[in-house]
Amino acid sequence: MSVLVDFALLAFLATTAIAVVRTTNLFAAVMLAGIYSLLTAGLFTVMDAVDVAFTEAAVGAGISTVLMLATLSFIGSKEESPQVRITEISAKVPDRRPLFPLFAVLVTGAILIWGTGDMPPFGDPADPIHHHVAPRYLEESGHEIGIPNVVTSVLASYRGFDTFGETTVVFTAAVGVMILLSAIRRKDRYGEERWGEEDVPNLFRGFVPNFWLGDDGRMRAPPSPQEPGEGGEGKAS
Amino acid sequence: MRILGLYNYWIFIFLMMVGFYILISRRNLVKKILGLNIFQTSVFIFYISMGKITGGTPPILVEGSEEVIYSNPLPHVLILTAIVVGVSTTAVALALVVRIKEAYGTIEGDEISAMDNQIPF
Repeated sequence: MSVLVDFALLAFLATTAIAVVRTTNLFAAVMLAGIYSLLTAGLFTVMDAVDVAFTEAAVGAGISTVLMLATLSFIGSKEESPQVRITEISAKVPDRRPLFPLFAVLVTGAILIWGTGDMPPFGDPADPIHHHVAPRYLEESGHEIGIPNVVTSVLASYRGFDTFGETTVVFTAAVGVMILLSAIRRKDRYGEERWGEEDVPNLFRGFVPNFWLGDDGRMRAPPSPQEPGEGGEGKAS
Repeated sequence: MRILGLYNYWIFIFLMMVGFYILISRRNLVKKILGLNIFQTSVFIFYISMGKITGGTPPILVEGSEEVIYSNPLPHVLILTAIVVGVSTTAVALALVVRIKEAYGTIEGDEISAMDNQIPF
């Protein structure tokens, strides 16, 4: 029975992937990618990877889709197909031959499928992957760590440093996104581009009270009552 | 039965190649990121497929029972890490796309390289 579900989900996945290739509307493509992630989560559940399934459902189908939609709200959701190039510059660009990518993909795929001939059969308990360290975790982690979920034991205890490294990667990515996008916010707020002429780093802009900033975005002394003409706009914002 | 056992791997290869195709044939940067995500997810499916044992249960220990067959937990741990890292890289890539759109006014890869190479227009 679970084999049937497995087959059906894999067929849905293949169909969704083809649909992502064919659509030129980026909004539709992003939504299809969300469906794709959710189908993947279902497939993981069928294949006994419940932790992976709910991470994929929350992070892959949830957060990724939200990030993609937020991006589309900045850039618009139309992909220009090679046939409909409207800007003048694209007329000058030599057209890339579409057959070459297809050829590269077919050759790579054929080599990989040839390689699966040496793969151990799916779901067989005699596969080599099940006979090295995995039995030790299954037998000992219950006593050693005391958590029934073996995946949690391995993730948080045996391989805790690895997970720490992962957290560092996420932190670095978050800092990178903040630095990249802080320049956007700068342009939005003042309506013109400013490159490196401010004394308040944009990363900390959110923490600086608004009335400290002048109309040009620089920090300034709070408006004093002796200068009536100066502080009007600063106070209003 | 042999073909049945390899079906998962074939679909994995198919999905991977679809992602690869999007990556190298589409010029739109957001589309490229989507292709990269499909490619990445296909690798996840490959790992989880290898950990599955027919008739097994999820690797959550059952009290007082020695007969239970658990699927292999190690691929699950690796893929948990990979999913989170994958979303982080996606977020950075999307932030870069937003900046590129702001700086060049387009997110079509060939137009960007044309502007970089100063093709007169």
